[in-house]
Amino acid sequence: MGSRKMLTGNYAAAHGARLARVEVAPVYPITPQTHIMEKMAEFIESGALDAEFVAVESEHSALAVAIAAQATGARTFTATSGQGLVYMHENLFVASGIRLPIVMVIVSRALGAPTSICPDLADALDQRDTGWIQLHVENAQEALDMVIQAYRIGEDKRVLLPVAVCFEGIIVSHYLEPVELPDQARVDRFLPPYRPEHVILHPDRPMAVGQVVMDDAYYTEYRFQQQEAMERAKEVIGQVDELFGRTFGRRYGGLLSAEMMDGAEVALLTLGSLAATARSVVERLRREEGRPIGLIKLRAVRPFPDEALRELLSGLKAVAVLERDVSIGAGGVVYTELCRSLAAGPGPAPRLINYIMGLGGRDVTLEEIRDIALAVLDQREAAAVSQPVRWPQVRGLK
Amino acid sequence: MKTLADKLTRDEPLRPGHPLCPGCPGGLMLRWVSKSLGRDSICNVGATCLAIATMVYPHSLAVPCLYIAMAPSPAGMAGTSAALKVLQRKGRLPAGRKIHSFAVSGDGSAGDIGLAALSGAAERNDDGIYFVFDNEAYMNTGIQRSGCTPQYSWTTSTLQGKPERKKDLPRIVAAHDVPYVATVSLAYPEDFLAKVDKARDMEPGFKYVHVHSPCPTGWRFPENKTIEVARLAVETGLWILYEVDHGEMRITQRPARRRPVEDYLRLQGRFSGLSQENVRRLQESVDRKWAELGL
Repeated sequence: MGSRKMLTGNYAAAHGARLARVEVAPVYPITPQTHIMEKMAEFIESGALDAEFVAVESEHSALAVAIAAQATGARTFTATSGQGLVYMHENLFVASGIRLPIVMVIVSRALGAPTSICPDLADALDQRDTGWIQLHVENAQEALDMVIQAYRIGEDKRVLLPVAVCFEGIIVSHYLEPVELPDQARVDRFLPPYRPEHVILHPDRPMAVGQVVMDDAYYTEYRFQQQEAMERAKEVIGQVDELFGRTFGRRYGGLLSAEMMDGAEVALLTLGSLAATARSVVERLRREEGRPIGLIKLRAVRPFPDEALRELLSGLKAVAVLERDVSIGAGGVVYTELCRSLAAGPGPAPRLINYIMGLGGRDVTLEEIRDIALAVLDQREAAAVSQPVRWPQVRGLK
Repeated sequence: MKTLADKLTRDEPLRPGHPLCPGCPGGLMLRWVSKSLGRDSICNVGATCLAIATMVYPHSLAVPCLYIAMAPSPAGMAGTSAALKVLQRKGRLPAGRKIHSFAVSGDGSAGDIGLAALSGAAERNDDGIYFVFDNEAYMNTGIQRSGCTPQYSWTTSTLQGKPERKKDLPRIVAAHDVPYVATVSLAYPEDFLAKVDKARDMEPGFKYVHVHSPCPTGWRFPENKTIEVARLAVETGLWILYEVDHGEMRITQRPARRRPVEDYLRLQGRFSGLSQENVRRLQESVDRKWAELGL
C-alpha cells in the first residue's frame, strides 16, 4: 500500500509526475503553478527522480523543450497557468500534430486584463481546439492519480495524444488535503516506460518530424487521424480508469462521473472543484427533501463525451450548467459544447440553463448553488427558458 | 597536399535534389555540416530557408530533423540534448555512442523572434551546436528586413534602404560566455570546417556558428556569384572571420589588404540605390570596427 501525506494540489501533481518517472521536466515559474516547478526541481536535485530539469526562459520554450525531448524518446512533463499557457499556445498544436503524449498540468488562472492570480477555467478551455486531451479534476488526490493515468492514456497506441490535467489555482493548488501516495512498484506495473515506435528522433531511423506538407498534401489526413485518435481516447480513458481502480482502489468514472442520478428529473452539471460544492447541495436536497436531482461531474472536455451525455441527459427535464468560465459573446464553454452534443438527438433535450460563477476566484457558496438547484427544480416544466445564460454573482451593476 | 575532398568523408548525409533556389549556399552549408557531424546526429530546425531542404517531403537530410515553430529551435536543441543525456544515463541508448544535437535556423528566427530562446539556451549552456544561416533578411517570406539586415540594404519592407545597422548576433551570444562562438563564410571552406570540427569535438555545452550566407534571390546578384560575394564580404572586412574559444577571441582569416566596401556592394542589386555618401559611411564604420579590434 501507499502512504498518506498532507499535500497541496500542486505538490500532489508533482508527486504524480515523480511516480510516473518522467525523464525531462522543463518548467517556467508562474503563480499559482510555481510550487510544481519547485517540487520537480527538488525531486530531481535530490535524486528522488532520475530526470533532467530544464530551467527554461519562457513557457513557449518549456513546451518546445518538452516536444523535442519527447520526440527524442523521453517521457516529459511540464506545468503552467493562465498567461503562461496562452504564451505557449502555438506549441500545443505542434505537440498534438506530432502525436507526442506529453503530459502538462494546467493550474487554472484568470487571464488578464484585469490581472488576477485567482482561478478561471478560460485558460484551459481556450486550448480545447489544440488537439490535447483535456481532463479536469476537483482535488489533490484526483490530481495526483490523473497525472499517472494521463501518461497511460496518452501513450496508449490507440491514442498517442498529449494530455492536460487541469485544476483550479489557489482553490485546489494551494490548500492542503490528505492524499494517498501510491506505491512506486505498483505505479511501475501500471505504467511501463515510454517506448515510442511512431515518432522517434533516432539516427538509425532518420525521419523528419513536424515536416512541411506543401499544398494540401496529407494535411487533411493528419487532422482526421487526430480526430479518430480522440474518438478512440473516449474508450481508453474509461479503460485506464477501470485498471487504475483495480490497481489502486480509486476510480473516477472516466469521461464523466454521474452521481445520484437515480430517478433524477433535474441535474447540476459542472466541473473542477465546483463539483465538490455541488455534490454537498445535491446530497442534502435528495436526502433531506427527497428532491429529484442529481449531479454530473464533467471530467473530459476533450474528447467531449457527446454520447455519454446524450444518454444521461435524454430523460431529464432541466439541467443547470455551472461553470467558472465564459466565452464572451456566447456563454459558458461547457454550456455551448453541451448544446452541440444534444443537437444530434435522439428525442427531446432537457432545458439547459447556464450559470457563470466563480470567475476570478469569486467564492461560490453552498447557498448560491442551492438557490440555483431549487430554481431549476421549480422551472423544470416550463415551456421555454428565458435568459439561458445567467450571471448570478454580478454585483453593483444596474 | 591534402585537398578539401580528401579531408571530407565520402558519406553524403545530404541527399541530392534539395529544392533550394539556384545559387543558394544552403545546400553547401548543410553538406559540410552534415559531413562533419556525421549521421549520428539530430537536427532541430528553426524557421529558415534550410527548412525547405530538411523538412519538405522527400526531405534531403538523412539525419533525424524536428521542426517545432519559428522561435524555439534553441529550446528544441536543448530538449533533444536533455533527452539524450537521460536516456543514455538510464541505458536506453548506448552510453558510448556520441549523438550530436544541433540546430539550424535563419537570422530572423535566431536573432529576432527567437532571441529569448537563443539567449536562454546559451545561458544554460545547453549542449549542442547552433548554426545560424544568415542571409540577412526574412527570405522565406520574400525578402523583408530582419535585425540582421545590413544598413542601407533594400528589402521589400525597407524600400529606401534599412536605416538601422545590422544586429551583431555572434557578439550577443559571446556575451553569454558560452564555450565556443565562431563566424564562418562559405568562401572559406577550410576555415568553416575547422570550426565545425572544433565545436563538434568540444566538451558538452553551447556552441554557436554564424554562417554568412549570400542569397542571390534576395540580394539581387547572379546565381553563379554566390561564393564571390561571400569572399568579397570577408576581403572588404565587412564580415570578419573569428572564433571565441572559451572567452579567447582570435581572427582566423585576415585579409592581406582590405578591399574597399564598394567592391562588395556594387555586385548586389539590394545596394543599387546607395549614395556615395552612404558608401563612405559604410566604409567608415568598417574601418572603425577594425580599429576597435586593434587590427
